[in-house]
Amino acid sequence: MIPFTYARAENAADAVRLGAADGVKYLGGGTNLVDLLRESIERPTTLVDVTGLSSAIEERDAGLLIGAAARNTAVAEHRLVRTRYPVLSRAISSGASAQIRNMATVGGNLLQRTRCPYFYDADGFRCNKRNPGEGCDAVDGSNRTHAILGASSACVAVHPSDLGVALAALDADVHLHGTTGNRTVPLTELHRLPGDRPDVETVLEPGELITAIELPAPPPATRSAYRKVRDRASYAFALVSVAAVLGVEDGRVTAARIALGGVAPKPWRARTAEAALLGGPATEQAFRAAAEAELADAKPLRDNGFKVELAARTITAVLGRLAREQA
Amino acid sequence: MSKPDNTVKDALALGPENWADGEDPLARRRGGRIGAPVSRLDGPLKVRGKAPFAAEFPVEGMAYAALVFSTIAKGRIATLDTAAAEAAPGVVLVMTYRNAPRMRPMQQFDSSEKAGGADTLPIMQDEHVYWNGQPIALVLAETQEQADHAASLVRVTYEPGHAVTSFAEAKANGTDTGDFHGPLHLEIGDAEEALRAAAVSVDVTYRTPPHNHNAIEPHATTLAWHGDELVVHDATQLVTHTAWTLAHIFGVDESQVHVTSPFVGGGFGGKLVAQHQVLGAAAARLAGRPVRIALPREGVYRLIGGRARTEQRVAIGASEEGRFTALIHTGTSATTRHSAWPEPFMLAAHSHYAAETFLLDLQTAYVDMVANGSMRAPGGAVGVYALECTVDEVAAKLGMDPVELRIRNEPATGPTDGRPFSSRHVVEAWRTGAERFGWAGRNPAPGAVRDGEWLVGMGCAAASHPYVRMPGGAARITLTDKGLARVEVAAHDMGMGTETAQTQVAAERLGLEPGQVSFRYGDSALPGLVPAAGSQQSASIGAAVVAAQHALVAELLKLVSDDSPLAGLEADEIGAVNGGLAKLDEPERYESYASILAGAGRDEVSVEASGPPPLEMMNWSMHSFGAMFCEVRVNAVTGETRVSRFLGSIDCGRVLNPKTAGSQLRGGIVMGLGLALMEETQFDERRGRILNASLAEYHVPVHLDVPEIDLIWTDLPDPHAPAGARGIGELGITGAGAAVANAIFNATGKRVRDLPLTPDKLL
Ligand SMILES: Cc1cc2nc3c(=O)[nH]c(=O)nc-3n(C[C@H](O)[C@H](O)[C@H](O)COP(=O)(O)OP(=O)(O)OC[C@H]3O[C@@H](n4cnc5c(N)ncnc54)[C@H](O)[C@@H]3O)c2cc1C
Ligand code: SF4
Repeated sequence: MIPFTYARAENAADAVRLGAADGVKYLGGGTNLVDLLRESIERPTTLVDVTGLSSAIEERDAGLLIGAAARNTAVAEHRLVRTRYPVLSRAISSGASAQIRNMATVGGNLLQRTRCPYFYDADGFRCNKRNPGEGCDAVDGSNRTHAILGASSACVAVHPSDLGVALAALDADVHLHGTTGNRTVPLTELHRLPGDRPDVETVLEPGELITAIELPAPPPATRSAYRKVRDRASYAFALVSVAAVLGVEDGRVTAARIALGGVAPKPWRARTAEAALLGGPATEQAFRAAAEAELADAKPLRDNGFKVELAARTITAVLGRLAREQA
Repeated sequence: MSKPDNTVKDALALGPENWADGEDPLARRRGGRIGAPVSRLDGPLKVRGKAPFAAEFPVEGMAYAALVFSTIAKGRIATLDTAAAEAAPGVVLVMTYRNAPRMRPMQQFDSSEKAGGADTLPIMQDEHVYWNGQPIALVLAETQEQADHAASLVRVTYEPGHAVTSFAEAKANGTDTGDFHGPLHLEIGDAEEALRAAAVSVDVTYRTPPHNHNAIEPHATTLAWHGDELVVHDATQLVTHTAWTLAHIFGVDESQVHVTSPFVGGGFGGKLVAQHQVLGAAAARLAGRPVRIALPREGVYRLIGGRARTEQRVAIGASEEGRFTALIHTGTSATTRHSAWPEPFMLAAHSHYAAETFLLDLQTAYVDMVANGSMRAPGGAVGVYALECTVDEVAAKLGMDPVELRIRNEPATGPTDGRPFSSRHVVEAWRTGAERFGWAGRNPAPGAVRDGEWLVGMGCAAASHPYVRMPGGAARITLTDKGLARVEVAAHDMGMGTETAQTQVAAERLGLEPGQVSFRYGDSALPGLVPAAGSQQSASIGAAVVAAQHALVAELLKLVSDDSPLAGLEADEIGAVNGGLAKLDEPERYESYASILAGAGRDEVSVEASGPPPLEMMNWSMHSFGAMFCEVRVNAVTGETRVSRFLGSIDCGRVLNPKTAGSQLRGGIVMGLGLALMEETQFDERRGRILNASLAEYHVPVHLDVPEIDLIWTDLPDPHAPAGARGIGELGITGAGAAVANAIFNATGKRVRDLPLTPDKLL
């Protein structure tokens, strides 16, 4: 760990003022950042603690506004989240451990970094995300957990968040505050695909802060679900996860929003599948066909070919369940 | 000899002096302390955080160590720049091969009486690198954080040499027959020919990945030199071996090194002497200060070797009736040239089944990586897995119930050595286990039972672990004029409940209440050479205490006055009861310990004795056994497996304490579930480097992976084992993995022969 100084922000303006300097990182619950500091992968000179910023969860225009400092547990257990956005509650509770969820903030969860083992071992391996241009040891290495969608030859890492996958399916917006003011970006556009700059992971400007997440009202007459497939029953990252919101009327799909985790460098909104489903029959064959359409561009690596079939099956099963619940 | 259902009031005769012929009168005694479910004596201390572990001993003026690990698998250090580290705040010194004291290499555990080392390499003596993760520098600083930071400032470049890091290349380079207390090779008859001629045969290859140690307490040592005397607070499962090994390395006398290890957060074969204790002691010497070296979790992966990779061929030939005519268990395990510790997977095949012919062989292939070592049931964990899965394959091919097939091949004597069994009740374990588990309700057709998305299946497997009693066990018993006893053995309690169970046994043996006995352990100054290894501690301690009791009684008989009711009696006429000694067949001839000592004007009597050589192991075939039953649910969509029920039906002799024994067995079974479903050291063969060196990425079962584990036992005493009890520490993990894999086959019809059985393999 490289020594650094610590400051605590009282409010968003304060944070951004402190955060404008070079070498500053915002500190949420620290459950990811502190690990990266210990490995000297993140080397900030100053940490600005933003856990004192808004953590309120409140209704806003029939939707919900969640402060970026809200702890994962608080969000998952909030009554309005559990009743209106069960997919979000489920996604959060399926991640990490109770202790980590108690510490982790919403902002930090979205900006946590990949679990690619080569990224984490700065002494042992090459990684373009850590050291742009030095090469990627995962592309031809052990890549069972890596991406099948959206990756590049420079980086094949996946984004590890569960929460983000549910937010992508819920059409959430991310509120940002920076030196030039406030702006809002859709969650699905918060993260960048790696291309040839895998070190640039989001559209955030230097020093820009996530202040809140806004959820629109859930589409009427829909049901939602989150399903996470992993190597053990709990406390493991997703091999594949699926967040889905589905509306079915008279056997036809009236609304479909699907996002995938564990397969791509960002929470992956499956718009191709959604388009294939809308207005069509809510049948197992249609679900499978839509999943396959989404995965047509999948580029499996040496060890992760199974993810293509696993994702297709999991999408089909989740949609099937949601359709049966509305039959 | 005492009657089978002795009432506890009868005096208990002394244990045998020779365990090969003699039987322990304690073994058959019912209704006493043996078998009582006593809670762990150290439980309250641990719950209150008052049990000092090795990294918690406060020492005045201590400096903290951090290690720098190599990042190549073989070669030389070309340049080494420690200037920035030395200049960093709080740094006391940076030690590399350039300034480390001259030290002898370790001697490997098991290679001589007191050797306790994990490998035989030079320890920071020159610029050579032997594995990826080898310590190449140690930084000592005023705080752990300063040490960690400075360690990150050490700059190294290497001249890499050719490292053998792929198993395929290692095999192609040629192999040697493994050696584990003798060559790992056995032929009885012509097994290949018998296999060819067999009515039914299965010939398959199973593969198991390397595994790393993940005890809850990472390795740690706090140590200080006082002149040439070294005091070490270590997390170890061999205090005496550690003292001897460090003395040997630093060229001081064994008596000058004092190792204590009162509490250890799990050992599992991983807490021997590795480089960290040696480097800590070297740095302490160089700095002239006490040192604490506590490995971070990553350090445990880099420095402490675990289970080796194996590739195992198991072939079984059987008659139409299912009698085995050929049993072949051969293959290769990866090891290093500097440890020569094979993963002896074919040992279990010596004892599980009768077969007309045998071919058992283990080849070692050599790789350049951290020296593999012992990890809970070396060989057994992965070997029983392969053997018992293959037996299941034979059952499926024969269309025979796997329990019946196993019972049909139950041997009358040791299958490969012809020795009589000291005590073997495997058939009973199978029958009672099958009954309790509801095995009769199993649908033998694979893939036939479905509950929604879930395919449900049941599987079973035999478990076994050899009875071991290593030579060198010794004990001291000190009796006070208050009638209290102190029993002292240089043994270990790594969470197994040694102290608790041994207090029970010693109390019963000496005719005392448990509150009148204290058991001391975990200190190299105490008598004996009793490694907590091979599930042998209870036997080793037991035989030593029996020997010490003989010495104690002889001493007490010398002290009794002429008018004592015991006057003129011989030791073999005497037993222990009610806080004293009595004539066995005339219990009214009794005198209490306190009275004997008072009569002789003594404050205390102290005796020490060694257990006799373990001849019982030569004369008898002695093993602990288990019949493991498992029910799994495999998701037909995702391939995820959930273990829904588990039963271990155990035949391990007497159960000394069902609570602590149950925890040991359950812990082993949980590890077996991990072995089957998720555990794997991911190893990048290009660099020879472990990839998942953290508990986040290296998966062991979490609570949600573990169902309630039911246990039953035959509880039939083994007449040739102290207190009638054989070992249980490693038994649980053997068989558990195969039971899971066999249940998965029954659920899905898929036979995956590469561990771990992760969802991708079951899609
Ligand atoms: C063993 C383990 C298992 C895990 N398993 C899962 C899992 O299964 N699923 C899952 O989703 N996650 C999992 N996690 C990850 C965990 O959810 C994240 O570590 C956590 O959500 C991060 O939140 P935090 O508040 O602690 O972030 P921090 O660690 O404090 O910060 C993470 C990043 O976010 C930045 N940041 C924080 N807040 C803001 C803000 N308001 N504005 C701008 N930037 C900000 C920080 O600068 C930093 O770069 C696991 C973690 C561990 C250690
Ligand atoms: S996949 Fe990405 S994160 Fe992993 S090593 Fe390659 S560049 Fe780094």
